[in-house]
Amino acid sequence: MSVEFDQKIHSTLADANLQLAIYTATGRLKEKRIEAVAPDVLPDYQELRTQANALKKHAIENLDYYLEEFERNVVAHGGKVVYCKDATEVADFVLGLAKEKDARLIVKSKSMTTEEVDLNERLEHHGLESVETDLGEYILQLAHEKPYHIVAPALHKTRYDVAEIFEKRLNVPNEVVIEKQTAIARAVLREKFLEADIGISGANFLVADSGAVVIIENEGNARLTTTAPKVHIAVAGIEKVIPRAQDVATFLKLLARSATGQLLSVYSSFLSGPRRPGEIDGPEEFYVVLVDNGRTKLLPDKGKRQSLYCIRCGACLNTCPVYRKIGGHSFPWVYSGPIGAIITPQFMGVTHEPALPFASSLCGACGEVCPVKIDIPKVLLDLRSDVKKTEAREKQNRLERLAYKVFAWVMTHPRIYEFAGRLAASVAPSGDGGWIRSVPAPMNVPPVRAWLSERDLPPPPSKSFREMWRRR
Amino acid sequence: MSRENILHKVRTALGRSAGQPPSPPPPVRLRVPIVDTERRIATMTMRIEALAGKTWRVATARDACALASQFIEGKAAVASNAPYLAECGIVNLPGVRTGIRNVEELRTLCAAADVGITSADYALSDTGTLVMIASPAEARLVSLLPTMHLAIVPKERILTSLDELFTLLPRPADQTSSMVLITGPSRTADIEQILVRGVHGPGQIGVIIVG
Repeated sequence: MSVEFDQKIHSTLADANLQLAIYTATGRLKEKRIEAVAPDVLPDYQELRTQANALKKHAIENLDYYLEEFERNVVAHGGKVVYCKDATEVADFVLGLAKEKDARLIVKSKSMTTEEVDLNERLEHHGLESVETDLGEYILQLAHEKPYHIVAPALHKTRYDVAEIFEKRLNVPNEVVIEKQTAIARAVLREKFLEADIGISGANFLVADSGAVVIIENEGNARLTTTAPKVHIAVAGIEKVIPRAQDVATFLKLLARSATGQLLSVYSSFLSGPRRPGEIDGPEEFYVVLVDNGRTKLLPDKGKRQSLYCIRCGACLNTCPVYRKIGGHSFPWVYSGPIGAIITPQFMGVTHEPALPFASSLCGACGEVCPVKIDIPKVLLDLRSDVKKTEAREKQNRLERLAYKVFAWVMTHPRIYEFAGRLAASVAPSGDGGWIRSVPAPMNVPPVRAWLSERDLPPPPSKSFREMWRRR
Repeated sequence: MSRENILHKVRTALGRSAGQPPSPPPPVRLRVPIVDTERRIATMTMRIEALAGKTWRVATARDACALASQFIEGKAAVASNAPYLAECGIVNLPGVRTGIRNVEELRTLCAAADVGITSADYALSDTGTLVMIASPAEARLVSLLPTMHLAIVPKERILTSLDELFTLLPRPADQTSSMVLITGPSRTADIEQILVRGVHGPGQIGVIIVG
């Protein structure tokens, strides 16, 4: 376990207020989910899960086909599609477009994919103002922190923390009433929406048969982000594509229920292309940025590729006994909880934080609540096996490296070399002048034995070349 | 930038070749129950009110207009260009701005308005949802920028659920750049899980069901 992981876990466990905040918030979300999927409320819940799983499996197995179909349809509706392999390419594309449009202010709605690629930091580094507009994300941006939870990003902040952050960063009086804090954010962000040159959103689903980007939210900030500025850029992982608009019905019935216990989130937007002839408002330009950033690395393994089915509802976090103790910031990357524990090692490599797949009791709760039926415990086990294999390989590598180091040292020190030669000659079986066919006793260690088992050596000469040279 | 590279990686990983058709997809799963109009209206009303929205039921378009006029008295209102609102006579009410086709003008008006009045292309009773399809008749901002959203919906447009909507509109993007499903007032619970309405969109929503 890395020192950082260990320290973060311990500091979270030692903070009584934080423990209470995590436990209360996740507990509430967990209870609401249970009510919203209860058999009397949603009798076909299990069938919907099975359907959602089948759709995701199908989409991922035919990913290239659906990406191209999606692209064709976006283009047919007047939009543009850009593929980016990593964070740099995403930032370069946005920066290039911002320059072309002479844009200075960007409004952003919640997107885990842009968190992955540190888009805000990269844009701000180049002098652009990029403002998060989801209330929780906005608070965190002002506090220079990362999201604590996929659905409730500022779960660890109290109203008093928010009062301090707003006072310090927005120059407003210290305000601890949550309704008033919300009103402050509304007023500040409303101006940003109306002034912004570009709006950047995420996407919950990309619909191949329509070229539509589906965005689910409660606040209305994503609607504003995608409607008010002249340019809309949707940034999405390539795994978000699903075959048909009709399939969205299945996912919508599961997503909000699993996330917050709502029947539907307040706003579900189906967006495709820029404003069409006759339409009154909406963006003039529409771009979809399809991001790989490590996703293609998950595809070859048929067992583990199901990690890409995730619809980011956060249900596994709320139900996880580990997340509920160690919280979101203990996790080494933007994705936390059980889903983070399976995604992070696959995106970043298992050596990034080898302890991560082991930070689970394997109780199975995450798999049970997953609306798309990702078998998280199974993937965790596979990853544990990967970690152990990598460790074993590295251990072997260490021995080999040591052996070569010794060899190099001997070869660059003539006296030692000579001594080693004499030593080897003295222990070698001698007498019959024949070949050495058995392993000399002092060298009877596994690697030497293995090497000599298939080879015979000529007997060492009585005098080495060096000795003969000296006596010439 | 990396289009070919990414698609190539995907195909290699999946063992597929360029242009290969997909395997057969799982069948579409849409279930449309038969529910009579009165029950749809009752469910719709119950769902919207559970989300702190208001509902009214009136007999005729004229009645809807009368109710709306009481509602917007003394307030600044913007009405969408929906033909149904004209039919109701709402566009002629004092204080109501309508018929706007210029985006800048619309934006300024909506940002300053107390009430945005729209119709809705459909409503979904099971979830208390309004379906707004962007068109020359319905701008996106009218249901978004004002502090209150008032929708006037003839009862025939009330469907049961998402499944019925997607049966009627298999590919909404064919006809619009934006279809938005609105379920209750804008809300957040980002600070201490306390529910606050009207964070970015309208904090109040009212639906007048006609017929």
